Amino acid sequence: MSRLQVVSGKGGTGKTTVAAALALALATEGKRTLLVEVEGRQGIAQLFETEALPYEERKIAVAPGGGEVYALAIDPELALLDYLQMFYKLGSAGRALKKLGAIDFATTIAPGLRDVLLTGKACEAVRRKDRSGRFAYDYVVMDAPPTGRITRFLNVNDEVAGLAKIGPIHNQAQAVMRVLKSPETAVHLVTLLEEMPVQETVDGIAELRSARLPVGRIIVNMVRPEVLDAADLELVRTVPRSTVARSLSSAGLGGARRGGRAERLVDPLLTQAEEYAERYTLEHEQRAVLTELGLPLHELPLFAEGMDLAGLYELARELREQGVS
Amino acid sequence: MSRPDPAHTHDPARHHLPPARLLDIDPLLEDPKTRIVVCCGSGGVGKTTTAAALGLRAAERGRKVVVLTIDPARRLAQSMGIDSLDNTPRRVKGIDDSAGGELHAMMLDMKRTFDEIVEAHADPERAAAILGNPFYQSLSAGFAGTQEYMAMEKLGQLRARDEWDLIIVDTPPSRSALDFLDAPKRLGSFLDGRLIRLLTAPAKLGGRAGMKFLNVGMSMMTGTLGKLLGGQLLKDVQTFVSAMDTTFGGFRTRADATYKLLQAPGTAFLVVAAPERDALREAAYFVERLAAEDMPLAGLVLNRVHGSGADRLSAERALAAAENLEEPRIVDQEGGKAVLRNSPDTHDSSGSPTSETPAPAAAPASDGGSPAEDAENTERSVDQLTAGLLRLHADRMQLLSREQRTRDRFTALHPEVAVTEVGALPGDVHDLAGLRDIGDRLAANERELPETELPEEGTRPEASA
Repeated sequence: MSRLQVVSGKGGTGKTTVAAALALALATEGKRTLLVEVEGRQGIAQLFETEALPYEERKIAVAPGGGEVYALAIDPELALLDYLQMFYKLGSAGRALKKLGAIDFATTIAPGLRDVLLTGKACEAVRRKDRSGRFAYDYVVMDAPPTGRITRFLNVNDEVAGLAKIGPIHNQAQAVMRVLKSPETAVHLVTLLEEMPVQETVDGIAELRSARLPVGRIIVNMVRPEVLDAADLELVRTVPRSTVARSLSSAGLGGARRGGRAERLVDPLLTQAEEYAERYTLEHEQRAVLTELGLPLHELPLFAEGMDLAGLYELARELREQGVS
Repeated sequence: MSRPDPAHTHDPARHHLPPARLLDIDPLLEDPKTRIVVCCGSGGVGKTTTAAALGLRAAERGRKVVVLTIDPARRLAQSMGIDSLDNTPRRVKGIDDSAGGELHAMMLDMKRTFDEIVEAHADPERAAAILGNPFYQSLSAGFAGTQEYMAMEKLGQLRARDEWDLIIVDTPPSRSALDFLDAPKRLGSFLDGRLIRLLTAPAKLGGRAGMKFLNVGMSMMTGTLGKLLGGQLLKDVQTFVSAMDTTFGGFRTRADATYKLLQAPGTAFLVVAAPERDALREAAYFVERLAAEDMPLAGLVLNRVHGSGADRLSAERALAAAENLEEPRIVDQEGGKAVLRNSPDTHDSSGSPTSETPAPAAAPASDGGSPAEDAENTERSVDQLTAGLLRLHADRMQLLSREQRTRDRFTALHPEVAVTEVGALPGDVHDLAGLRDIGDRLAANERELPETELPEEGTRPEASA
């Protein structure tokens, strides 16, 4: 199983949540995972209900069975300083560079440098070993940029490698690319059962594949429970209104006669059922599109009341049951 | 849909406590003084669709409109029946032009826009040198901030051409709605900044005695950056910047000019959000930021709001009634759901209680059971269905009250912001009719969500049939 798990997805599909649940799921049975954030949004801290994460690996959760989840919010500026320190022993000169704006400049303008630093840091955590030669983390899970940018983000090392033809950044980029294009890495895409996120998933997979980046799983998030099934929906189209009115009335919801309280509920309730049916058909179509991609497909339930820590553990359990870890 | 739209079945008498101002879209779109409408908001809230729907509505009300979209997902193109939009405005066919309006649409191609800037400002030889510069190529192909910068640039160009009465701008997809305002300046000041000037002009500085010290520091720094990035890259940057500088006259100045355009009269911002916590939090940030920058906010478009034509029936009562309907089944049916859902001849296959095969429950005149049995089965199927309808309604009511709470929180924070609510559609929009429908909903000026908690109606006795 790949040790670097990259989670992407269209904006609004809940990829941070899925990444966090995956980190929890992979940490079960005494494993240790690192959850990495690269977009500086502190989404992980919000999700785990902790204060903003510093640029430092910090334990944020304990998984069932004694595993541990660490989290890291990578700040590209600090990563660059780190990096300069490592290669050049800059010391105070590094701070001077920062003051002059050189760090800002380098991370924002130098093509791809920012992304190399972000992916590089994650790859470093993947490869890191402790004194006994054991990997520091069993898995590294990255909450990555959205589907529309993921290939460029992961592949930017190629870009930089072509641009900075020599020098340490060039070497770093090469090293990072070797990890990212190997079976050590899997890129998962989070989607919803809606047309646009599914289309983006299909496009994203094609892009990843043409860049020879390893595609992992598709995770359908926020799947609504089935309230009415195909038989019910068939009946919705044919059932006489008066029968439904009588049924509502027998449940104690008022009169079934024309203008009665139960009778007046029939139209709005059937309208809602029609809307549900329309969505039901759409969802089935989208599920079929995803199935055709021939990748492992997982579904996570919607938490109507919103996501919280308990929900996160629930999702992790769900992922484990579906054999993701 | 033949049944009445739940969005339009609210009892107006209940709207006696409006907590927020209602946003009137049509006067905004029709006012000839409105020249630019910027749709902003966090990703995934329906910004592009809103921009397209507003564009269509304005055009069908007689204005000559161009919609600038930035989203690379090509959604706008699809919904407007144009296979692919590009960097040039294309006329959208099939709109109602009886009022004399026109609709044009385009999609920002940031590389193309950047190239055009270069081509417009440099002689052919110099332009070729810039376009071939490797640093320029990666900068223009997609860099943090380039998209936003080029969106602003394109907006400036469209406005300067003065061919359209109204420009509707969709903003780049980003998690943070504020990126649209901040990124161009950031990129502009980097390209124009002190650092890049020092990098590109060390010789000039060296000539002045007082700058000696700085120059020493600079060469140390260019040295470090050179080592880090490879000397060639730095040389590329220097060449690029000096070439651009002589021809273009400053990125920052240009970014500032477009920024001012956003503050000018005739520009209106619409913040787009969905009734969800995160989206409305972003919307609130944006509202505060616009106020701080003196940028005119027209209001909030609250998309994907759910309503119900039966919002007098509470979730609790619907659930209780559903249980009521499902109860007798437990008493007199052994096989459970399968027996109810399926015709009598499937009694044997009761191994799967939630059978996936579509049950012919609506066709009671099947072989097998006696007419009486069939009737009974039908009745039970209907009860089963009714219970499902009630559960569906309970879900809807719970969703509705969550959305209401989220919206009310926003309104409490920003009572000054006018709001228009757009009902959720079960499917996606991909044609002009769908866009027109959204335009109608945008302008309908109706509340989708109830204002206050409704009193429990079931406590009152009512004569039953």
